[in-house]
Amino acid sequence: MSVDQTQFTDALLNPKLSVPKGLVDPEGRPAGKRFSVYRNNVAVSLTEVLIGAFPVIYRLVGDDFFRAMAGVYLRKHPPTSALMMFYGDEMPGFLEEFEPAENLGYLPDVARLEIALRQSYHGEDVPPIQPDILQTLPVDRLMRAKLLFAPTVRLVRSRWPIHGIWLANTQPDAPKPEMKAENVLVTRPEFDPLVTLLVPGAGLFIDSLTKGKTFGEAYDLAAEKVESFDLSALLGVLLSSAAITKITEGDSQ
Amino acid sequence: MLDAARHMFDSLPNRPGVGYKPQHFSDILADPTPVEWLEIHAENYMGDGGRPLAQLRALAERFAFSVHGVGLSIGGESPLNPEHLARLKHLVNWLNPARFSEHLAWSTHETHFLNDLLPMPYTQATLDRVVEHIDQVQEIVGRRMLLENPSSYLAFAESTFEEVDFLAEIAKRTGCGLLLDVNNVFVSATNQKTDPRAYIDAFALKHVGEIHLGGHDEDEDDTGAPLLIDSHGKEVIDPVWALYEYTIEKTGPLPTLIEWDNDVPDWPELAAEAARAAKILDKVTV
Repeated sequence: MSVDQTQFTDALLNPKLSVPKGLVDPEGRPAGKRFSVYRNNVAVSLTEVLIGAFPVIYRLVGDDFFRAMAGVYLRKHPPTSALMMFYGDEMPGFLEEFEPAENLGYLPDVARLEIALRQSYHGEDVPPIQPDILQTLPVDRLMRAKLLFAPTVRLVRSRWPIHGIWLANTQPDAPKPEMKAENVLVTRPEFDPLVTLLVPGAGLFIDSLTKGKTFGEAYDLAAEKVESFDLSALLGVLLSSAAITKITEGDSQ
Repeated sequence: MLDAARHMFDSLPNRPGVGYKPQHFSDILADPTPVEWLEIHAENYMGDGGRPLAQLRALAERFAFSVHGVGLSIGGESPLNPEHLARLKHLVNWLNPARFSEHLAWSTHETHFLNDLLPMPYTQATLDRVVEHIDQVQEIVGRRMLLENPSSYLAFAESTFEEVDFLAEIAKRTGCGLLLDVNNVFVSATNQKTDPRAYIDAFALKHVGEIHLGGHDEDEDDTGAPLLIDSHGKEVIDPVWALYEYTIEKTGPLPTLIEWDNDVPDWPELAAEAARAAKILDKVTV
């Protein structure tokens, strides 16, 4: 009786299936509980990976809920690569559809923020521009310039107070989140990702730059939408957190 | 990507090493005694940058490294994942470790990675497949690898080879070396109701380039027989130390790794395990 890896995998991921015949104990009897060691290793190790990846979600929903949810997730979305540092990328979409969490509408965006933090942590090291380059560029040339962000920069835009939620679950004595839309920028000045709450308009400004708009176009879009858009505060954040790696002028990329 | 680490260590010393954990970075730089080399799980260092690679680069100035893969799925029925092989080659070229090793196990089926070292039957067909995969790995990564004996909890009725013969045949046909995990020998022998010393006696010891030691958990199977689980979450137990000593009395001193991957202790406790290995190695050296 031979056991192929399709049968083995199916039985691993589905505890309702019986243990494949041909897997035996030392006396040749069915393997029974011995097979469960592998089932358990797979489910527990992937659950632990998800707990490590989504510490804020874990805190928000609690241990029992998270483990039950992870059990569903890992069967619906088993890893497709051996890089456990990135396992869980389907979590935001999964949470949007996950009925037991339907009253926790902010969870998918919190998951997006946690994924952004992890991607930033493992992102490529690229040196930032010198801050004075921006300050010395004449305004007309600056308006035509395009900015390139570091591979460690991530923008997460949300209709939920994801920054407040994140703070309240990672920092002692953080204030209670207030119900409002929040855009968050993740940057990585050295090795530890930094989470910054963006001023109104800044999310649109950064998003426009990321999509290839010039500095001037991005500014106009943001200022049109948000009269009080504070560009200088935003530039301070970008420069001090090593977020900009290149400025190109004119139409060149 | 950072600059390539320096090429300073061609081989692992026949001394104690430990599985590197980032929380021990400062302790190791301050005083690594008696640890003389470090091992990493390849997959944890396949990101593009940041602290993990920066730490490796700093440590590689002072320590010989062993890169130990857990995700290649050499025993898999599916072809090896070319993207994963390319990432491995990239890491090995960058770090230039003294050793590279993987497991006699599978972890990927079709597109699913299962994050465990799963068992395989030992037959002529599976032998041929493993040989083909190892040839491919050694060619692409560009260096000889070591293959580790697994922990097993069950057996396949269809197997026609003993594990020791299976491993010896792989080493003979591919030219790879073997990594002898003494804790795995103890765990498997207990679970299969065989004699761990007989396994060591029958093992192709001349191919062994590295030894692993680690802790395991105890459970029972459906009949109440002991079922040991390779957990790497505690200290090495006395019978495994005795089996280690029995082994290196036969082989002479070899690079010996303490694996502690879960519930990782503070550095002094891990260093104490390494010191215990050092003491046994000293005895054999004299």
